[in-house]
Amino acid sequence: MKVTEKDVAYVADLANMELSASERAGMLRDLNSILGYIERLNELDTSNVEPMAQVSDRYGVDESKQGSERFAYTYRDDVVEGLRKSLSQEVALENAPDADGTFFRVPKVIER
Amino acid sequence: MYMSSLTIDAARSAVQECKTTALALVEACYARIQKDDEQIGAFLTLCKERALEQADRIDRMAAEGKPLPPLSGVPVAIKDVMSTRGVRTTAGSKILGNYIPPYDCTAVVRMEAAGAVVLGKTNCDEFAMGSSNENSAFRPVRNPRDLTRVPGGSSGGSAAAVAADMAVVALGSDTGGSIRQPASFCGVVGLMPTYGRVSRYGLIAFASSLDHIGPLTTTVKDAAIVLGTIAGRDPMDSTSADVPVPDYVAELEKPVRGLKLGVAKEYFGDGLDDEVRHAVESAIDKLKSLGCEIVPVSLPHTPYAVPTYYLIATAEASSNLARYDGVRYSYRAPGVKSLSEMYRRSRDEGFGAEVKRRIMLGTYALSAGYYDAYYLKAQKVRTLLTRDFEEAYRKVDAIVTPTSPTAAFRLGEKSDDPLAMYLADIYTVTADLVGIPGISVPCGETREKLPIGLQILGKHFDEATVLRVAHAYEQAA
Repeated sequence: MKVTEKDVAYVADLANMELSASERAGMLRDLNSILGYIERLNELDTSNVEPMAQVSDRYGVDESKQGSERFAYTYRDDVVEGLRKSLSQEVALENAPDADGTFFRVPKVIER
Repeated sequence: MYMSSLTIDAARSAVQECKTTALALVEACYARIQKDDEQIGAFLTLCKERALEQADRIDRMAAEGKPLPPLSGVPVAIKDVMSTRGVRTTAGSKILGNYIPPYDCTAVVRMEAAGAVVLGKTNCDEFAMGSSNENSAFRPVRNPRDLTRVPGGSSGGSAAAVAADMAVVALGSDTGGSIRQPASFCGVVGLMPTYGRVSRYGLIAFASSLDHIGPLTTTVKDAAIVLGTIAGRDPMDSTSADVPVPDYVAELEKPVRGLKLGVAKEYFGDGLDDEVRHAVESAIDKLKSLGCEIVPVSLPHTPYAVPTYYLIATAEASSNLARYDGVRYSYRAPGVKSLSEMYRRSRDEGFGAEVKRRIMLGTYALSAGYYDAYYLKAQKVRTLLTRDFEEAYRKVDAIVTPTSPTAAFRLGEKSDDPLAMYLADIYTVTADLVGIPGISVPCGETREKLPIGLQILGKHFDEATVLRVAHAYEQAA
């Protein structure tokens, strides 16, 4: 067992989830099973391999990369409402579980 | 209007020549949905008003004798991870159960601009996380070819809608195989374009470095038409590529003779079902008889693709799904007393088991002390997987493999074992990691009449060759 009950509680806390006792037990079992399988990555020596966070990391325009314009990001001018008008306040609040017409309303903020 | 296996060109020309109307096509689809979808479960939401309005617009153009755009009157189903203005968009999750987007996904805008009629939103695994569609918060989808079987996932509703003639075409999304695997299970064509080829603006994010939008159709030509419609740079998505979009339909007619097709032994190893192996080998023989040269290639890091994928995809998901906090949109748990309790209980009650599992795995992989061992390691192996393909593509134009190691499995068969479910993606995840395009095209059936899929992988931005090989096979088969 690599992941402990304490780890599950800690990670759930980081992810802003509570999880029931039975969910935590299931998570302990599943994470250990999946991470056990993932261990096989350690068979590979990657000490001289560049990480690739996304496709453009390898194929971007930088000279250190493979120099293809095809994976260059699209640039745009940094102007207010340059691409489209922002949502109106009314529209932006329409999906809110609780709002007062001007602001999103949330429960009182108290120290954890 | 007889809907069975209607193609885009047939639908459009029938509407153009006033042999039928867009309205009649839409009504035929809704009638089919009414009749069959209670059993199958392909649709989560129908948008009849929007569909009828668009059909009316097309029919008026046809009546005036105006030339119709290429998808005119074509009924399309949209996976419920693509935002549709004014039409509920859930991503298959309870946490977005009441979400009504204020804007449209670019791919949907482009489909409608080309004349397509959006019928509704299709069921999927929650946040596109799954390989069987059993992770939908609403209901599982059943495979139209065998109702005891899954349709695959996560675009299971889109694949089932096309397979059951409830729509002519559908849009899906593919992060680890979610277009190609359900296409294979349901006996339809599914195309994942190159990373960046199609704008993701308005797509509900799962793993941003891996998410793609693409078509599910009955024919390869239809996939080519839809890709040509939705592809190309979009200023609203900075990752959409500024690369010219070829005429994919014209490209289909180019000969395949002389093309070099790679076959990698790593895709034919343990775990591959015998009937699938036989069907795919026969398909490769067929391509050889059409004049393609079959070349052995090696993709040695293939056994590391699934673990790499499940670290990178979950890490990105844990970050992307942090936005569901019950404040601006999304479900909020009732009766909460503090902000922190609101976040926790809303997420606890709003997310399903698989989504929580992936958020936990991703958060763990990114957490202090484990980042290097897991997330960074996976990013490095992603480079190794990419180099495998660079090496192979020095020798070949495309690579042919099975889409999935098995045909459609039974509902419940893998739902208690996440690892077994993850291994269903073994032949599809690598293309997402490398960013190359891939298609699944039907290549026969098992003895139990379950469809089998042939996967064709291409070079970056070379969907044209992928489509051409798939089309040649389809025409010859």
